[in-house]
Amino acid sequence: MKIEVNQDACEGHNRCYSLAPELFDVDDYGTASALNGGVVPEGLEDKAHLAIANCPEHAISIIED
Amino acid sequence: MTDTATPGPVADWATDYDLLDLGYATSPYEIWDELRSTCPVAHSDRNGGSWMPTTNEDVREIAKNVEIFTSQNVAVIPTPPPPGEAVRVLRVPPIDTDPPHHKRARRMILPTFSPKAVAERDEPYTREITKRMVDEFVARFEAGDDIIDGAAEYAQQIPPRVIAHLLGVPESMVEQFTDWVRGVLELGYFDPELRIKSRDAVMNYFIGLVEQRLADPADDLISEMLHGDVDGVPITPEEVASTCNLLLVAGIDTTWSSIGSAIYHLASHPEDRRRLVEDPSMIPVAVEELLRAYSPVTMARIVSEDFEYEGCPMKAGDRVIMNFPAANRDPEVFDRPDEVIIDRAENRHIAFGVGIHRCAGSNQARMEMQVAIETFLARIPEFELADPDAVTWAAGQVRGPRILPIRILETR
Repeated sequence: MKIEVNQDACEGHNRCYSLAPELFDVDDYGTASALNGGVVPEGLEDKAHLAIANCPEHAISIIED
Repeated sequence: MTDTATPGPVADWATDYDLLDLGYATSPYEIWDELRSTCPVAHSDRNGGSWMPTTNEDVREIAKNVEIFTSQNVAVIPTPPPPGEAVRVLRVPPIDTDPPHHKRARRMILPTFSPKAVAERDEPYTREITKRMVDEFVARFEAGDDIIDGAAEYAQQIPPRVIAHLLGVPESMVEQFTDWVRGVLELGYFDPELRIKSRDAVMNYFIGLVEQRLADPADDLISEMLHGDVDGVPITPEEVASTCNLLLVAGIDTTWSSIGSAIYHLASHPEDRRRLVEDPSMIPVAVEELLRAYSPVTMARIVSEDFEYEGCPMKAGDRVIMNFPAANRDPEVFDRPDEVIIDRAENRHIAFGVGIHRCAGSNQARMEMQVAIETFLARIPEFELADPDAVTWAAGQVRGPRILPIRILETR
C-alpha cells in the first residue's frame, strides 16, 4: 500500500500525525508528509485508512493498493 | 440602523434567527436540523444582519472560497463603530487577514503551535496546573464539600494560565485576562460599551508589554518574536502586539468552552466517562468526538462583491455566519450525528475550521483538553451534574457552559 499527502490541500490540522505518527510527519508549519516515501509498512494499513478518513481537507489518498 | 432594542422572540429561525437567544445557546440542535433540511442558508436582520449556512457542504464551500467570503471581520455580531474620530484597533492576524498577507501572519505563529512545540513547552505546565486544581477539589471533597463548578473553577482556569505562561506574564494576570476575554467576546455581545472598553484595554496592555520587552528583553515568546523574522523579513512590534491580541482573544474562551463541554458530557454520560477512566489512551479520540458534538466556535465572513449563493442574493459587505457546530452534526456526513460516540473512528469534523483559516492554535487546544480530562478523571472518576437545570450556556461566537455545578461522588 502506498499513500500520498497533497500538500496544497493540507492545512496542518495534524490529525494524521496524531493518529499515525508511524506514517506521517509534520513540519514547523503543520504541513504533513508521508514517511517512507508513502509506502505503508505491513500491518499499518488500518492506520492509513483511519488517517485518510479523519483528514478534514481530504488531502490524503491511496496511490497504490 | 439597529432594531436590537426590542426584537421580541424568534418566530421563524429561517428568516429571523437570533444568535444571542438564550434558548438557542442552551439547545441549538433541533433548530440546526430543521434549517438544514428546509432552508440550508438562513437569513436574519437581527444583530446587524447576516446569512447562515447550516450544511457541512455549504460551510466547507464558503470557507474555501476566500476571494468572495473574506475574513476582514470575523465577529458574528459586528463590532460597534468607534465613537467620534477613528481610534486605533489592534487586529487579530491571521484570523482577520486575507491573502496575500494571510500567509505571513500565519507563518509567524504556526511554529509556536506545532504539536512538538506544544508538547515540550505547554504540556508539562498544563499537567502541573490541572493537577493542582484537581488536588484542591479532592481536598475539599474530603473536607465535606462535594460541589465544584466545572466551568468557572476548572475549565475557565486552564487556558488563561497556559496563555499567560506562553506570553511570559505572571499568573496573577489570569483574572484580568478572563475579564477581558469575556468582555470582548461573551458579555460584550450584549453590552457594546463593555466590548469596546475590553478590546481597548487588551490593546493597550499588549502595546505596553511589547514596548517593555523591546526595552528589556526576556526569555519569552514576545522577546523571541521581536527578534524574529518570517522568510527573512523582520517581525515588527505592531505585528507582535497583534499576535498577542490573537492569543488572548482566540486562545482562551474557545478552549475553556471545549473543556467545560467535555466535563458537562462526562458528568451526564457515566458509560462514556467510565470507558475513559478505564482506558485513558482513548482520550485523544474522545476529544475529537467531543469537539465535533460540542463545537465551540462560530466565525463570520464578509462578502467581497454581490454574489448569489444557492439562490440567496448576497451583497458586498454582507456577513455570513460560519456555523461549524451545525456542519459537524450534518447527517449527510456523520452517522448518528446527534449521538456522542466516544470512540468514533471516522471523524472528519471541522471544529477548528477548514481551509486556510484552520485554527492555528488547534494543537494547543487539543493538548489542553486531553490533559484537563485525563487529570480530572485520574482523581475524580465518579461525578454527576449537581443540578442540570442550573447549567447555563454562552453562545454567539463561542458556545460552552458557564455555570456547571458538579457533584463529586468518588475520589482516588
